[in-house]
Amino acid sequence: MRLADKVALITGAGSGMGKAAALLFAAEGAAVAAVDIDEAAAVEVAREITGNRGKAFGMRADVSNPADAQRMVEETVKRFGKLNVLYNNAGIEGEANLTANFSLEGWEKVIGVNLRGVFLGMKYAIPEMIKAGGGSIINTSSTAGLSGVRGGCAYAASKHGVIGLTKTAALEYARRNIRVNAICPGPIATPLLERIAGFQKSREVTVQSMGANTPAGRPGAPEEIAKVALFLASDEASYANGGVFAIDGGQTAS
Amino acid sequence: MALLKDKVALITGGGSGIGRATALIFAREGARLVLADLNRQGAEETAAMAEKAGAQAIAIQCDVLKAAAVEDLVNQTIKQFGRLDCAFNNAGVAGDLARTAESTEECWDFVVGIDLKAVWLCMKYEIAQMLKQKSGAIVNTASIAGLGANPLGIAYCASKHGVLGLTRTAAVEYARIPIRVNAVCPGVTQTPMVDAGIAKRPKMRQTFEKIHPMGRLGRPEEIGEAVAWLSSDAASFVTGIPLPVDGGFTAI
Repeated sequence: MRLADKVALITGAGSGMGKAAALLFAAEGAAVAAVDIDEAAAVEVAREITGNRGKAFGMRADVSNPADAQRMVEETVKRFGKLNVLYNNAGIEGEANLTANFSLEGWEKVIGVNLRGVFLGMKYAIPEMIKAGGGSIINTSSTAGLSGVRGGCAYAASKHGVIGLTKTAALEYARRNIRVNAICPGPIATPLLERIAGFQKSREVTVQSMGANTPAGRPGAPEEIAKVALFLASDEASYANGGVFAIDGGQTAS
Repeated sequence: MALLKDKVALITGGGSGIGRATALIFAREGARLVLADLNRQGAEETAAMAEKAGAQAIAIQCDVLKAAAVEDLVNQTIKQFGRLDCAFNNAGVAGDLARTAESTEECWDFVVGIDLKAVWLCMKYEIAQMLKQKSGAIVNTASIAGLGANPLGIAYCASKHGVLGLTRTAAVEYARIPIRVNAVCPGVTQTPMVDAGIAKRPKMRQTFEKIHPMGRLGRPEEIGEAVAWLSSDAASFVTGIPLPVDGGFTAI
């Protein structure tokens, strides 16, 4: 069991990559705090884990809200006694508009969840990891953290920013045995990508066709990201710190 | 031939440091200038210096965090000079020195507001005007902290990385117009912002000098020269790039 005796908090655990990671981490022995803004989805994922004799609980949190971010960490420590792994995965795509047409509300929403939310998660989790003698933080960036995205100025700004957060925290806490890494998924078949495909006016754009544009010729599966997160969460990745891992079927190489 | 002859250029954070030095280089290169700063006196001083150098220049006090103020800034530029060719979105703050777990939400919101959101707000209204003209060149001030870690300044690092996301996105969105959008990534530069940091921790000067292979801090005008080039037609096929001007910092 690659995460035996570890306690992992996963945000955005109710669907997509977060859900896949919650199930995989639990199968590898972790006690999982499944956090999502959709409480029913989080609870359902936790139920699936406990139904398979794993350890988990589900709870609601809006990661952009400091009180919620603090509470999710406190609740995890209260239930499982410590915190070893934080997977800051909750994210939203936001509106699709060119930079000059993007709305102020849309900007605040995307930056709030995707950037402020990652900062707050780290801010409250790090003291617990220091108490535990170390830990691993995984932040979900995106290929949009490495390149521009038409119609997604706030999304690209937030995902670029996540890489800045990752590298800075990695250096600050390297001697405290806390590792901080970022994953940059390409097009992964998740509810979020389905919504993005829905933005396109042409009906031909689907999750499949977005994946077809990568060198791999297909979208990734959430489980293919979860396996990378598992590696980064585990002690196998003990020398991986401040890394930015593009898991994108070759997209950023092209 | 002057690099920016007859161009109308808007510079935020024009009242000091890199903004002021860039204004004077733009003046030398023939641009007409709108100097915006939260500090009215600083902007007016820079305008006077630019005029002394033979350029037309006006100073406008502006809080770039407020959408209405930024919109008005662009409107005033058009009222004064009739167009907007170049924009240098340069206003920025450093924030408190603290590790991630000790960083406050207040500091986070302050730094991300000015260093990231305000850059987007400026672009939003500048681009609207440039679309009418079907041309324009924007330069955003990122930093070496937009390309790598920045211990004790996580909000600054997140913001400056984010500026590169904005820069690349707007560059691809408006490439066909063409509106060019680039970023300059200064190393640690001898400005009032950096001086304020060094005043708090004098040993930081030596550290700053050591981290640059050239063994010294940058001079504001060394950043300004790069901005003038990126803003000019000499860089007509350059868009979406982060240009480090950092004494070799990012080479190691």
